Amino acid sequence: MNQNRRVMLKGSLAAGVVGAAVGAGLLSPKAVLAAWSKEAFEAKEVDAAMKGSMGSADTTASDKIKLKAPDIAENGAVVPVTVTSEIEGTTHMSVLVAGNNTPLTSTYVLGPTTEAYISTRVKMGKTSDVIAVVKADGKLFSTKKEVKVTIGGCGG
Amino acid sequence: MAKSIKLRAKAKDDVATVKALISHPMETGLRKDKKTGKPIPAEFIQEVVFESAGKTVLNAQWGSAISKNPFISFRFSGAKAGDSIKVSWVDNKGNSDSLDQKIK
Repeated sequence: MNQNRRVMLKGSLAAGVVGAAVGAGLLSPKAVLAAWSKEAFEAKEVDAAMKGSMGSADTTASDKIKLKAPDIAENGAVVPVTVTSEIEGTTHMSVLVAGNNTPLTSTYVLGPTTEAYISTRVKMGKTSDVIAVVKADGKLFSTKKEVKVTIGGCGG
Repeated sequence: MAKSIKLRAKAKDDVATVKALISHPMETGLRKDKKTGKPIPAEFIQEVVFESAGKTVLNAQWGSAISKNPFISFRFSGAKAGDSIKVSWVDNKGNSDSLDQKIK
């Protein structure tokens, strides 16, 4: 089982096939859940988390990814983050918070007609970089922004 | 139940903007109960799937670092008013919920 999961994560090709299968309604959402990568989400380091979610930690910095996040977050429990990618062929997007216990917050697999734009809210334990990773044509691009947190969002 | 999801989808010029708000505790498993000192078990949404007209438009995989009562917004093209939009989520405890709606 674990091995399958790894293999699935390895190639963007494989991920594409899964996406297509979902699109065609061949897999129920429950079957898709198998793709949720425990390793990636439980990874304690940014590189390992990237590797788990995107297949590699080797990213190219790009100014074509727009990462919108506040300079100072008063409440680390709710930090609005918006990622927009202008890179053509964007298929996957991930948001990581470098200073969190487990840096990976979320991964998004985009449908063929979906625009490379995601807006959500994440938790941040302390002041650190928010990193947006984008996969386009099998290549990885990233951009980051430091967000200062005045009250941590993890732990009481 | 579908009570946990609030969904708004609007189509304009072929592009639909989808906004969803889910009520969920999103516990990380790292917090402790202040009275008893025992850790509060993790409970967070792992996957959210958006489908429109039978096609998956977004598959979001979430970890515990997504805020409580998560909000997500995205856009997709090729949509028109009246198309169906469905959102479903599953959490790490196996709980799930879904909501069917029409794009306005």
